[in-house]
Amino acid sequence: EAIKHCAPITPSALIKTKKQLKNLQHNQSTLETPLTRKETEKIQREVAFEKTSKEVSRWQSVVLQNQKAEQLVFPLNQEPSGPKRIEHVVAGWKAQTPLEQEIFSLLRMNKQPLHDPVLTPTEEASLRAMSLEEAKIRRAELQKTRVLQSYYEAKAKRGKKIKSKKYHRVQKKVMRKEYLKQFDEMVKTDPAAALEELKKMELSRMKERMSLKHQNSGKWAKSKAIMAKYDDGARKAMQKQLEVNKDLTQKLVIPADEDEEDEEESAETLPDFVNDVEPILDQVNPWMRGKLSTEPMMEESNRLDPPVWPREVGKPGEGQDEQEEDEEQMEETEEESLLRGFEERRKLRQTEDYNSFSIQTPDGKKAEILEISDYDEEAVEISDDDEEAGLSNFTSLFHGLVNHMEPPADQPKAGPGLRQGESPALLEEGLVRVRTLEDVELLSQDISTSDTALLTTQILGTEETDTQSATQQADKKRKKMIDPNEVLTKEAKVIEMPLAPTAVEDVEDKEEQRVIIKEAFAGDDVVSDFLKDKRKQEEAGRPKVIDLTLPGWGEWGGLGLQPSRSKRKRFRVKVAPPPPRQDQKLPNIIIAEKRDSSIAAHQVCQLPFPFEKPIQFERTIRSPVGRTWNTQNAVQKITAPKVVTQLGAIIEPIAREDLIKDNRQAVTGPSINLESDQGPQKKRRSQQKKQHKRKKN
Amino acid sequence: MIDICLFCNQPPTRYWERTEEDGKNDGKKQKEGDNNEQTPQQNNTRTKKGGNGRSIYPFPGSAPVPEEKLKKFRRGVKGELPPRPQYKLRDVVIRSEAASDLAQKQNARYDLMLPEDAGFLEGDEDEDTCTISQDDIVDAVDITAGAKYFNLTLSQFGPYRLDYSKTGRHLLLGGRRGHVTCLDWQSKQLMCEMNVMETVNDVKWLHSEALFAVAQKKWLYIYDNKGIELHCIRKFNDVLRMQFLPYHFLLATASATGFLQYLDVSVGKEVVAICTKAGRLDVMAHNPHNAIIHLGHSNGTVTLWTPNQREPLVKMLCHQGGVRSVAVDKTGTYMVTSGMDKKLKVYDIRAYRPLQSYFLPAGASCLSLSQRGLLSAATGDIVQVYRDVWGIPVTKPYMAHRAKGSVWGVHFCPFEDVLGVGHGEGFTSMVVPGAGEPNFDGLDANPYRSAKQRQEWEVKALLEKIQPELIGLDPSQLSQVDHSTWEQRHEDRVQVLGFDPLAKEKFTPRLKTKGRSSSGKVEKRKKQVAHEDQRDVIRQTVEDRMKIDKERKEKEKKKAAAAGQKSALDRFRK
Repeated sequence: EAIKHCAPITPSALIKTKKQLKNLQHNQSTLETPLTRKETEKIQREVAFEKTSKEVSRWQSVVLQNQKAEQLVFPLNQEPSGPKRIEHVVAGWKAQTPLEQEIFSLLRMNKQPLHDPVLTPTEEASLRAMSLEEAKIRRAELQKTRVLQSYYEAKAKRGKKIKSKKYHRVQKKVMRKEYLKQFDEMVKTDPAAALEELKKMELSRMKERMSLKHQNSGKWAKSKAIMAKYDDGARKAMQKQLEVNKDLTQKLVIPADEDEEDEEESAETLPDFVNDVEPILDQVNPWMRGKLSTEPMMEESNRLDPPVWPREVGKPGEGQDEQEEDEEQMEETEEESLLRGFEERRKLRQTEDYNSFSIQTPDGKKAEILEISDYDEEAVEISDDDEEAGLSNFTSLFHGLVNHMEPPADQPKAGPGLRQGESPALLEEGLVRVRTLEDVELLSQDISTSDTALLTTQILGTEETDTQSATQQADKKRKKMIDPNEVLTKEAKVIEMPLAPTAVEDVEDKEEQRVIIKEAFAGDDVVSDFLKDKRKQEEAGRPKVIDLTLPGWGEWGGLGLQPSRSKRKRFRVKVAPPPPRQDQKLPNIIIAEKRDSSIAAHQVCQLPFPFEKPIQFERTIRSPVGRTWNTQNAVQKITAPKVVTQLGAIIEPIAREDLIKDNRQAVTGPSINLESDQGPQKKRRSQQKKQHKRKKN
Repeated sequence: MIDICLFCNQPPTRYWERTEEDGKNDGKKQKEGDNNEQTPQQNNTRTKKGGNGRSIYPFPGSAPVPEEKLKKFRRGVKGELPPRPQYKLRDVVIRSEAASDLAQKQNARYDLMLPEDAGFLEGDEDEDTCTISQDDIVDAVDITAGAKYFNLTLSQFGPYRLDYSKTGRHLLLGGRRGHVTCLDWQSKQLMCEMNVMETVNDVKWLHSEALFAVAQKKWLYIYDNKGIELHCIRKFNDVLRMQFLPYHFLLATASATGFLQYLDVSVGKEVVAICTKAGRLDVMAHNPHNAIIHLGHSNGTVTLWTPNQREPLVKMLCHQGGVRSVAVDKTGTYMVTSGMDKKLKVYDIRAYRPLQSYFLPAGASCLSLSQRGLLSAATGDIVQVYRDVWGIPVTKPYMAHRAKGSVWGVHFCPFEDVLGVGHGEGFTSMVVPGAGEPNFDGLDANPYRSAKQRQEWEVKALLEKIQPELIGLDPSQLSQVDHSTWEQRHEDRVQVLGFDPLAKEKFTPRLKTKGRSSSGKVEKRKKQVAHEDQRDVIRQTVEDRMKIDKERKEKEKKKAAAAGQKSALDRFRK
C-alpha cells in the first residue's frame, strides 16, 4: 500500500525530499540534553506555586471582607431570624377554606408565583432556557433595534422642525400618493380591507365634523381675516376654507382623500383651541362672531366675578357656559381690559354696583385692585351725578349680598392699610381712598430707610464698643504680663458690708493684733522668700555642666595646682538647655517640672497596630464607653462583640460554592448600625433583606 | 413689700410647658441645619406630589437634637480621616467616630430628663437682696422650704464644725469640746449623739452616711452612724483638717505636724504620708474636678498635692499674710482664697492667674462654694453669700446673715438651697436661694434613695473606684499616649522595683583550690570572661553586618539578571 501511495510521486516532490535528506545529512547539531532533575523540579515548583497562588488569591476578597467586618455572626449562612412565612413553618399546610382554594387555583391557573413573588414560573423557565450566548445575541439585537429606533426618532424630529411649508407640502403629497397607490392595490387584492379603510376615513370625517375644526376661529383664519381687506389671495383662501366648512357640515359620501388632506393641512395651520375669541370682523356671519355674541356687559361682570358668584343673581341660563368660558379667557380679557379702558369705563357706569362688589372679592393682583379702585371713584362720581332708580335697586340687592359674603373674603387679603379701613364703610358711605399703593410703597421705603439708618448707627455703636473692648483687652493683656518684681499687686475692690461684725471676742481680738503685727513685719518678707524659693527650684532644674578634666596628663598636678583653662574648656561637656519652665511667665507660681511616673504605668506607651500617630489613637478613645456616661442603647452598640457565635451551632468553614456564589457579596454577617440611633427592629429588617437577596442569587 | 421669689424667678418649668418652645426651636434648627441634607428629599416629594398628588409625611427620620445640647456632650474634637490607602486604620477611625457620635447624640437626646432650673433671690427696685432677712424669706415661701431655716442652740460644747453627706441628706456636727452628732436634717431625725471627751478638730462623712471620721485631739477615729467607734487609726495623729475624695475612697488629712496623709477607706490602708515641710496645716480644700488637695500655709502660699509626688505640684503665692481659708469650684476652674491680709482672691487654677481680688473689712475666716457657684464667706459672726465672684466684680454680698456666735465652719448643702453654719452657739441652717444644683444624677448621688439603693450604689461605686495613682492635675491624662522615651520609662521602672531587671549578672569566679584562686588567677579568669562577653557582642555585630551585605549583593545580582540586557555602560564596570 505504501508503494501504491508513493507511486504517483511527482519529480518536484522527489527533489524536495532529496533536499530535505541532504539537509539532514549536513545538519550535525545534536539534541539538547534534558534539564537536570533539580532544575525541572524547580520549574515545576514555580509553576505549581503560581497555580496555587492563583487559586488561593480567589479567597482574598472574602478574607479581607471578613477581616474588615464590624461583626461576624457564626455560622455564616444563617436562616433569617425574623418571622417566617406560614408555609415554611407548617410543612403540610393546605388551602382549606373555599376562598383560599379559589385564590390559589386562580394563581396557579395564571402561573403566578405562590410563595416568592418575584419571578413567575414562565419567567424563571425563560431564564433557565436561555444560555449565555443566546442572551448575548438577544441583547445585541435589542441594542441594535434601540439604536435604529433612536435614529429614526431623531430623523423624524429633524423633519418636524423644518419650517418650510413647501417641504411639508411636498412631503404630504408624496405620502398621499403612496397612500392612494396602496389603496388602489388594496381594492384589487383585498376588497374587504379596502372597505374597512373606507370606513375609517368616514369615521375620521365624522370626527372632523364634530370637532368643528374648520371654523374660522383659528389663528390662521384670524390672520387671513385681517388680511382679507387688502389681499385677494387671502380672501380666496378664506372662501376656500368656508367652502370646506360647508362641505363638512353637509352629509356627504365622498372618497375621504381630499378631506384628509384638508384635515392635515388644517392641523398644520390651526392650533387646538376651538372656542377661541376673535376680534369682531363680520357681524353678519354667525360663525365669524364666535363668543362675542353674548352681551358685553355681562361678560365684563363675569370677568370680575369670583368663582363663588351666586347664580341666582346672574342670568341663570347663561351663567354656566359663561363661567366655563371665563377660565379660558382669563388672560385675554385682562389684556383687553387694559387696552379698552375707556370703553369699559363707559360700560362701568352702568355696572357700578358690580364693581363695588368686586373690590372685596379675593381677586389677586394688586394692579387690578388699584385699577378697580380707580373705576370705583369714577363710578361713585357718576352715580352721584346720575342716580338711576333701577340701578339703586340693584345696588341695594348687592349690598345685602355683600354683607353676607364680606367677612370671609376680607380676611385672607389684609393688605397693609389698603383694605382694613375700607371694607365695611366703603359700601355704606361711599369710597374714600385711605392710602394708595404708591403711598404704601413710599411708606415702606421711609420705614426701610429709617431702619437702615438705625441699623447703621447701631453698627457704628457696636464698632465703637468693639474698638473700646479691644483696647480694654489690650490693656488687660498688658496687665497680665506681670513684672516679676511686682508680685501680688492686683488691686483689691472694697466690698461694702451690710452688717458689721459686732461680737468680736477677746481671743479673736488678740489674734487680729497678732496678725496685724505679723503683717507689718512679714509683708514683703513673704514675697522675697517665695521668689528665693522659686529661684532655687529653677537652679535645681537646670542641667549641670559636666567637667571631665583630670589633673596631670601633660601638666603638673598636685596640691594647689589647677588644670589649665584650655584643658578645662576642652573637657567640659555642655548639656542642651531644658525646655522653658511652665511658670516662666507666672511670677507668683512655682510649678514642679518633675515627671509623674505613677500614671505612666496605666498609660499606653506603644501605639497599637493600625495607628501611626498618637493623636489618631487618642481621638479614638476620646469618648467614654461605660454606662455611667452613656445610654444603655449606646453602650450596647459601642461594645458589641466582634464575633458572635450561636450556642450549639456547628461552625463550618466557608465552602467553595459559597465563594463562587457570592463573590461579590459579603459573606459577613450584619454590621452594627451605628449611624442611626434607632431600635433593633430596623436592623433585623435589613438583615432579612440581605438574606433574601442572597437567596435570590 | 418685699418681692421674693424663692428658688427661681419663675416656677420651675415642666416638660409640658417646655415642649412647645423646644419644638419651635427644634423646628427652626432643623430648618437651618438640615436644609442641605433634606433638599433632595424635598425635591423627591415635590415630584411625587406632581405625580400622584399624594402628600408625604413631612418629618422623615428621627427628631433632630438641638445643637447646644450636642455641644454639652461633646468629648474631644473630631480629627480628619487618614488617607484611603491605610484602610484598616481608616476603618477603625470611622467606626470610633460613629460610636462617639452616637453616644453624644443619645446623651443629648436624653438630657431632656433634667428639666429643673435654678433661680435666685430678686429684690425690688433700689432694694438690696442682702438686706432680706431669713425670716422674711421664711414668711414668703412654702412650709417645706421654710422648714429649712432652723437653729440648733448648742452653746455648751463650743464652736461647731460640720459636714453634709454627698447626697445632702445627712448632717454631721462636731463641737470643739467633744460633742459629735449626726442627723437627718430634713426630717430632723437624730441618728446618734455622743461626747468623745476630747477635742474635736474636724468631722467628715465618708463615702456614705453609714460612716464618718472624726479628727480628735490625738488620733483619727472612725464611727458608724450609730455612734459606735469602729477604728482608731494610730497612724494619723494630730489631724486638723480632713477631706474625702468620694470617687477614690480616699480620706486626706492634714495634721499639725505638717503631714499630709491619705487613707484608703475601702481597704483601710494608708496610701501615702507626705511631709509637706510647711508647718501646721489647718487650711485644706480639695478640687472636685481632679481630686487634688489644696493646702493653705502661713506664708501666704497655697500648695497643690497628689498622693503620687512628694513635692507640691504647684505652689502659688496668694496672700501677703497667711492663708485663712481655701475653696475650690465644682468644675475645678476657680479657687477662692482668703488671707490674713483681709483679702479675698479668686484664681483661675487652670492657668494659675488671679481673676479678682476683693478687700473685706474684717477678712474671711471660712469659705465655701456651692454647686451653683455661690460663695459663702464668714467674717466674725456674719455669714455673707456672694454670687458670681469670678465674673463682674461684686461690690455687695448677695445675702448676709448674722449668726449667734463667731462662725467656725460653713458648708453648702448639696442639691438644696441651704447653707449650714457652725458657730459658737450651735448650728444654723440658712436658706440661700439658688445655691444647690436642682438636677441630681440618680445613679451618682440620689437624695431620695432607699437603703437598698444605697447598698447597690455602694457596690457599684467600689467597683468603679479610681486608683490613687490616677490623680493628677489633668484628669484626662489617662487618655493620652505616654510620650516618654524608653530610657525614662526604664528609669521609672528601676526606681519602682528598686533594682535594674535588665542588668547583667556580675561574674564571680568560682573558688578553686591548690593555688588556683590566687588573686592573679582570679583576675585572669575575670578578664577572660569579660573579653568573652565583649567578643560575643562583637562577633554578633560582625555576623549581622556580613549577612546584610550578602543579602544586598544577592539582591543586586538578581536585579541584574532580571534586567538581562547589558547596557552600553556596563563595559566600564569592573
